[in-house]
Amino acid sequence: MNAPVRIDLKDPSSFPSRRVEAWKYTDLYRWLRETPPASPEGAVEPGGPFAALGGEELTFVNGRCDGFAGIVAEGEGLTPVRLRFVSTAEGAGHQARVTIDVKPGASLTLLESYEGPARGYVSNISLDITVGEGARLTRVIVAEDAADAIGISQAHITLAHGATLHQSAFTAGGKLQRLETQVEHPGHGAFVRLDAAYALHDARHADLTSVVDHQGPDGRTSQLTKGVVHDTARGVFQGKIIVERGADGTDARMGHHALILSERGEIDAKPELIIYADDVQCAHGNTVGSLDQNALFYMQQRGIPFEEARALLTHAFLMEVVDRVEHEGAREVVREWLTARL
Amino acid sequence: MLKINNLRVSVGDKPILKGLTLDVPAGEVHAVMGPNGAGKSTLGYALSGRPGYEASEGSVSWNGDDLLALDPAERAAKGVFLSFQYPLEIPGVPAMTFIRTALNAQKRARGEDEVSAPAFLKLVKAASQSLKMDFDMLKRPLNVGFSGGEKKRMEILQMALLEPSLLILDETDSGLDIDALRIVADGVNAMRSPERSMLVITHYQRLLDYIKPDRVHVLVGGRIVASGGPELAHQLEAEGYDQFLPEAA
Repeated sequence: MNAPVRIDLKDPSSFPSRRVEAWKYTDLYRWLRETPPASPEGAVEPGGPFAALGGEELTFVNGRCDGFAGIVAEGEGLTPVRLRFVSTAEGAGHQARVTIDVKPGASLTLLESYEGPARGYVSNISLDITVGEGARLTRVIVAEDAADAIGISQAHITLAHGATLHQSAFTAGGKLQRLETQVEHPGHGAFVRLDAAYALHDARHADLTSVVDHQGPDGRTSQLTKGVVHDTARGVFQGKIIVERGADGTDARMGHHALILSERGEIDAKPELIIYADDVQCAHGNTVGSLDQNALFYMQQRGIPFEEARALLTHAFLMEVVDRVEHEGAREVVREWLTARL
Repeated sequence: MLKINNLRVSVGDKPILKGLTLDVPAGEVHAVMGPNGAGKSTLGYALSGRPGYEASEGSVSWNGDDLLALDPAERAAKGVFLSFQYPLEIPGVPAMTFIRTALNAQKRARGEDEVSAPAFLKLVKAASQSLKMDFDMLKRPLNVGFSGGEKKRMEILQMALLEPSLLILDETDSGLDIDALRIVADGVNAMRSPERSMLVITHYQRLLDYIKPDRVHVLVGGRIVASGGPELAHQLEAEGYDQFLPEAA
């Protein structure tokens, strides 16, 4: 697979423009041409969207987390790790690189949040994640950058045989936001669930880009992304599943379904299945449309006002993704979080 | 009392209702019968406010309120209920959630107290029992994957819980076998009361064997061309609509 673009805020030549195919719909260069001023240190109170679920909290404020030397998960991992990225620097940029190592046989629940809340920042986070043999990573992400901020998160995840990745991302976007996930999938019983939902208002932009590269036989991937856009918001879904030569017996499914709820909202969807192996089961579905007008009238006829009917249908549409989150606490946090952003 | 006066409705550029006048006093059940294309469904949609079915002329008042000035949800809160010929499927919204949302929205609009979840559960259980419905069906997304008969029963259940004062039944018998028809008709008949008016829109007389109308109106070419007692329905069944068609006039 093409090596993903690695962005370095100190090197403007690394900022992709729309001429880079993988960044066609998210033109970073349009908004960012020079290295932004470096963000100062900052401090925030413990908290974040997953605060109620306890566990360990690791907070990066403006790209810094004192004493942080990576996350290493061994054993059962009964309590979650809450990984927060908070930006308090106005009009400044920061970046961080985070390594996460889930040891063979271990399990980790990672509750990740991109929270803003300052104005006009640029946040660039990269995560290098390894999930060992038979290990399990549950990664639940909520992302809401400020309306005038740029947020980029790029995760590179390498799975070993028999590893499980359950990832669910929920976003309300930013001025320009991209959540990218690259998965090296070895097959051999490894399983990837890669879900996402976006709910975008005003002029917000969210880009959910993923590449799952099946490199060995008998791997499974199940991917479901759903989204709604209002106003002049723009949602981007680029999902690529590659089945390499020899990755026979791969079972990969991808679905992206989105609703445009305004005249000027936009969805750009690019689902791709690239298959070099034999005897594989792969399917993808992609739909972009508007709410069913007949259903809306039916609901109004029963007394549900238009806005409420629309919200109810939209809610039901997106909750399918929420329902797939297996961690009960995280599922309910996300349900409430997303409901508040419809 | 429902008063429809000189109602004109076009769908697209095509005039469908061409000056329809009809009164339904409180407590009465009136049937509107007519051949295909006479404007029967359009009448139901125009009364309930479906977009694209706006009146270009005429008036509709319900218990003194100008219905045409209200949006569909406001009309529902005033008691208007249109039972659909083909009820819609609402994916992802459990039937129970749907009905409770509708009931409480109507109550809010009328300035009444909302019904709590436990109180609503009790209401639903009783109502579904009397309609011989499987309670588990109410936990499923509304009408999704339901048979034609189940959808109609779900309409009657909604009717029983929302307690509308103006019932408009649009071809309610279509797609029902005789047992389902009887259950549906029983449900409708149980709603008959001195404060409630009903408009039963139907092509065939069959439904009127089960829901006995006080008056029967013949709708042809977008107008009521004849009105009479229940015997008019039998006459139509025997003789057809030909005598009322413009060519015959």
